[in-house]
Amino acid sequence: MEIIADAISWVLIALGSFFLVSGAIGLIRMPDVYTRMHAASVIDTLGAMLLILGLIFQAGFTLLTLKLLFVIALLFFFGPVASHALAQAALHAGIEPILAEDRRAREVPAAQPPEPPGEHKGAPSA
Amino acid sequence: MRSLVLAIALFLFWLALSGHYTPFLLTIGLLCVALTVFVASRMLIVDDEGQPMELLLAAPAYWAWLYVEIAKSAVTVTRIILDPSLPISPTFTRVRASQKTTAGLATYANSITLTPGTITTGVENDILTVHAIIREGADDLEAGGMDKRVRQFEGDA
Repeated sequence: MEIIADAISWVLIALGSFFLVSGAIGLIRMPDVYTRMHAASVIDTLGAMLLILGLIFQAGFTLLTLKLLFVIALLFFFGPVASHALAQAALHAGIEPILAEDRRAREVPAAQPPEPPGEHKGAPSA
Repeated sequence: MRSLVLAIALFLFWLALSGHYTPFLLTIGLLCVALTVFVASRMLIVDDEGQPMELLLAAPAYWAWLYVEIAKSAVTVTRIILDPSLPISPTFTRVRASQKTTAGLATYANSITLTPGTITTGVENDILTVHAIIREGADDLEAGGMDKRVRQFEGDA
C-alpha cells in the first residue's frame, strides 16, 4: 500500500516539476511581458497543483492534507488577482504588447440569448 | 443567515488548522469567530459579493470542470513553449460577460486569468479585455463556452 502511494506521489511530483521547468523555460523564451505571464501561469496552476497533490500522497491523509488543499485553494483565488493586477499595471505603464492581431476595437455581439424584460435577477438559465 | 454560514465556515476553518481540541482552545476559537463575524458585519461586507454562499453548493462541480480546462490549456501552452519555432500569435480581444451577479462576473474574469494562455486585463461594465497567447485562445473565448458555463454555475445556485 505504501509503495503504491509512494509511486503515485513520485509520478505527480515528477510531472509537476516538468511543468515548473517548462514554465521557467517559457519565461526566458517569450518575447514580452504579457506572453511571459502566460508561461508563468503554467507554473502556478498545473505545476503547483500536481506538486501539492504529490505531497498529499506523500504525507498520508491527515489534517495536513486539508492544509495542503487550503494552499491550492489560496493559489487559485489569489493567483489570478495578482496576474490581473500585473497585466493592468503593465498596460497603465504604457508597455505596448507585441501583437499578431489586435481585436480590441471589435464590435462585441450582444448578450445571447436576449434576456426577457423584467426578469433580470435569478432567472434560471438552460 | 449569511452571518451564520460565515461563522460556521470560519469555525470549520479554525478547527481544520488548529488540530488541538481542548475546551480552552475551542472557547478561544469560538470567541475569535464571533469577533470576526461582528467586525465583518459592521464593515457591511457580509453580502452576496463578499460572502457568496449561494455559489457554495455549485462550486465543487464548477471547480472540477475548471481544473480540467486548466490542465488542457496548460498542456497547450507547454507545447508552445517547448516548440523550437515558438508558434505564438498574441491577440488582444474584447468579450462580453453575461453574468448577472458581481460574484459571477469575478468568477468568469478570474477563470479566464487562471486558465493558462489567457489573461483578463480589464473589466468595463460587462466587457472584458483579454490577452491571449495564441489566436485560437481568443477565438474560444469569443465563442463564449466558458461564459455559458459560468452563467450555468451562477444559475444552479
